[in-house]
Amino acid sequence: MELIAVLAQVDAPSAADKFADATASGLALGAIYALLALGLVLIYKATQVLNFAHGALAALGAYLAAYFVVTLNFPGRYLDFLPLTMQWILSGLFAILLTAAVGYIVERLTIQPMIGEPLFAVVMITIALDIIIRTVTNDLIGQATRSLGSPWGTDVVDWGPVTIAKTEIATIVVAFLSFGLIALFFRTRIGVAMRATAFDQEAAMAQGINAGRIFAIAWVIGAALAAVGGIFSSLFPRSGGATVDATAFFAFRALPAVIIGGLDSISGAVLGGFIVGLAEVYAGAYLIGDTWSFLGVGFSRIWPYLIMMIVLLVRPYGLFGTEEVRRV
Amino acid sequence: MRGRPHLFVSYDSEQALLPTWTQRVGVFLLLVFLVVLIPLQLVPGFGFLGEGDWMTLLGLVAIFAIGALGLHILSGLAGQVSLGHAFFMGLGAYTAAVLGGPTGASLFGMGLPIWVWLPAAGIVAALVGVIVAPTAVRVRGIYLAIVTLGLVFIGEWLFINLGRVTGGSQSGRRFPPLEFRLWGEEGEPLLDFNSDGAWFGVHLSSEVKTYLFLIVLLIVFAIVAKNIQRTRVGRAFMSIRDRDVAAEVMGVADAKNKALAFAISSFYAGVCGALWAVFIGRLIPEGFNLFLSVQFLAMLLIGGLGTITGTLLGAVFVTLLPRIVQDFTRLLGDTAEGSGIFAPLADVIVSTNLDDGGLISTLPGTSPGLTIFQFNLVLYGVLLIVFLIFEPLGLYGIWIRIRNYWKSWPFTY
Repeated sequence: MELIAVLAQVDAPSAADKFADATASGLALGAIYALLALGLVLIYKATQVLNFAHGALAALGAYLAAYFVVTLNFPGRYLDFLPLTMQWILSGLFAILLTAAVGYIVERLTIQPMIGEPLFAVVMITIALDIIIRTVTNDLIGQATRSLGSPWGTDVVDWGPVTIAKTEIATIVVAFLSFGLIALFFRTRIGVAMRATAFDQEAAMAQGINAGRIFAIAWVIGAALAAVGGIFSSLFPRSGGATVDATAFFAFRALPAVIIGGLDSISGAVLGGFIVGLAEVYAGAYLIGDTWSFLGVGFSRIWPYLIMMIVLLVRPYGLFGTEEVRRV
Repeated sequence: MRGRPHLFVSYDSEQALLPTWTQRVGVFLLLVFLVVLIPLQLVPGFGFLGEGDWMTLLGLVAIFAIGALGLHILSGLAGQVSLGHAFFMGLGAYTAAVLGGPTGASLFGMGLPIWVWLPAAGIVAALVGVIVAPTAVRVRGIYLAIVTLGLVFIGEWLFINLGRVTGGSQSGRRFPPLEFRLWGEEGEPLLDFNSDGAWFGVHLSSEVKTYLFLIVLLIVFAIVAKNIQRTRVGRAFMSIRDRDVAAEVMGVADAKNKALAFAISSFYAGVCGALWAVFIGRLIPEGFNLFLSVQFLAMLLIGGLGTITGTLLGAVFVTLLPRIVQDFTRLLGDTAEGSGIFAPLADVIVSTNLDDGGLISTLPGTSPGLTIFQFNLVLYGVLLIVFLIFEPLGLYGIWIRIRNYWKSWPFTY
C-alpha cells in the first residue's frame, strides 16, 4: 500500500497500471491473510477452538526470525558457503519450528484440559494466551523495531503494467507452497486421521485414532502457519520491514477472512484471505482524495469487518461454511 | 417455618430479592461496611481504604462493576459472548461528553447537567445496541464473538475520526465535571463531588463523596440487574442460553429477547463508559479498545459466570489486581534491596538495577525483564487460564465450596 502511494507520486500511472499494481499488491497481502486464516481454520476444524492467540504466535514467529537472522545469524554463521537467500530461509525455518513448538506446549498445557468445556471458556483461554504471548514478545522486541533483514530488501521488479516488490512475489510463492504442502499433508495417514476427527470425532476415536494427538498436530501446523504469516507480514512493503508490536494486531484482520469464507471451510479461508487482502488494498488505493475524505483515516483497515458483517447478514455461516443443523 | 430457611411455600417467597434471613442480614452488614465503615475509616487495620487513592480505586471498582453487570445480563444470562462492550462504553462516554461537556473552539459540548447526560449515555448506547442486534441475532457462538470484535475496531475508527466529538487520535478531550446541578445555574452546584465539604455534618473529602455517589449508583444498578434476573425477562434470557430451540418451542421469542438483552447490556455499558470517562476526566479514543472488552469478560469469568455475586466479586478482583501487583512488586524490590532471609529469592524475581536479570524490572524505561505493567498483563492472562482450568465457577465457586463445608461441619460428607 505504501509502495503504491509512493509510485503514484513518482510517475502518475495510468488507470490500468494503477489497477494492476493494486491487484498484485492485494494478492500479496491476501496471501498473508490466507496463510493466517488457514491456520485458524485448521485449528478450528480439528479442535472446535477459535485461536485468538494466532496474532501473538505470528508476532512471536516474526520476532524469532529477526532474532535468528539479525542478532544470532544462526545457522548462517556456520554455513557461510550457502547463498544469502538460503541462509535466510534456514533461519526462517528455525523460527517457524520454534513457534510450532510453542504452539504444541500451549496446546498441551491449556487447551487439552479444556476439551468439552463451553465455547466461552475456551475462547477466553486463547484470549488470555494472546495477552501473555503478546506481552512477552513485545518485551523481547523492545522499544526499537527489529529488522528481518530479508535477502530481497526493498527491490522492486517491473513487469510491464505490474510493479511488484520481490518480497511480495516471495510471499505469494511461499503461500501457495504452504497451501500445496497442506493439501499433500491431508493425503498422508495422519492427515486422513485429522480429516476424520474433524468430520466426526467419536467415530474417528472408535476407529482407533488418537484424537488428543490430532489436536496437538493441528496446533503445531496452525502455529507454524501463523509464524510464516507473521514473518511475511513484517517484510518490506508492510510495517517498515520490521517486527513491531502491531504485528499481533495485524492477524486480527485475518478473522474477517475466516468468517467470510466460513469457519470450517479450508478453501473458504484461502478465498476469504484473498478477498480481504484485495478489498483492503483497493480501498487504500481508490477510496482516497477529497471525495472520500469523510471516511477519515484507517478506513481500509476496518473495511474487511464491514464486508464480513454484510456477508453474515446474507449467509450467517460464511460463504462456504456448513450450516449448523439445529435439532430439538 | 422457623429453622427451615430453605422451605418456601410460594413462588413469590422463593423468588424474593433476598429469600433468607441470613442473606438479608449479610447484605445489610455489607452495605453498612461499604457505605459507612470504609469511607469513615472505621475498619480496624484497613483504615487506609478510606484514604484518597484507595477511595479513587474503589470508585473505579464501582464503575466497572456497573459495566460488568451489563455484560452479565448479555453473556451470563442470555449466553451471548460479546467482545463489543468497549464500543458501547465509548458510545456512552461520548454521548456524555457532547451533552454535558464544556464547549470548546473545536469540540461539541452542550454543558447540560448530569441527570440529562447520564441517562442519555445509557439510552444512546442501548439504541445502537438495538440497531446492531439484527446482525448479532442472526449469528451464533463464535461468529457472534467475531462480529462484536469487529464492532470494537469499527468503533475505534469512528471515535478517532469524529474529532469534533472525541478530540481526535492521541489527544482526546475533557469530560464534564462530576457535579449535580438543576439546570445550568451559576455558582456552587447542588452536589459537588470535586471539592471537600460536609455532608450531614460529617466532613468528607472529594474522593469519599465521589465514592459514595458511585456506590449508590452501583447498588441501584445491581438491584435492577437482580430484578431482571429473577423475573420473566431474566428467565427468558436463561432459557435461551440453556437451549435456544427448546426456548423457542415454549414460546420465548428468540430474536426479540436477544435484542432486548443487547439493549439492556448496552445501557449498562453506556452508563459505565460515561461514568468512567467523567471519573478519569480525560480519555483518548483509543482507550475504548479490545483489551477493555476482554477485561469485562475476565471479570465475569474470574468472578463466576451467571451470578450477580460472582460478577461483583470479579469486578473487585480484576480492578484491584493492578494495584495489588504494583504494591507486591514494590515490596519485593524493597526485600531484594534489604538483607532479610528472603532477599535472594526476591532478587531472582525482581531486578532493581540494569545488570540484574530478574523477571520483573522496577526501573523505568527499557531494561531487561518485564515492566510492572507488562508483568501485570502476564499475571492477568495466567490468572484467567488458571481460573478457567481449575475453577470454572470462579471466585463464586470457591465461596460456595467454603460455605458448603461449614454448612455441614463437622461432617464433611
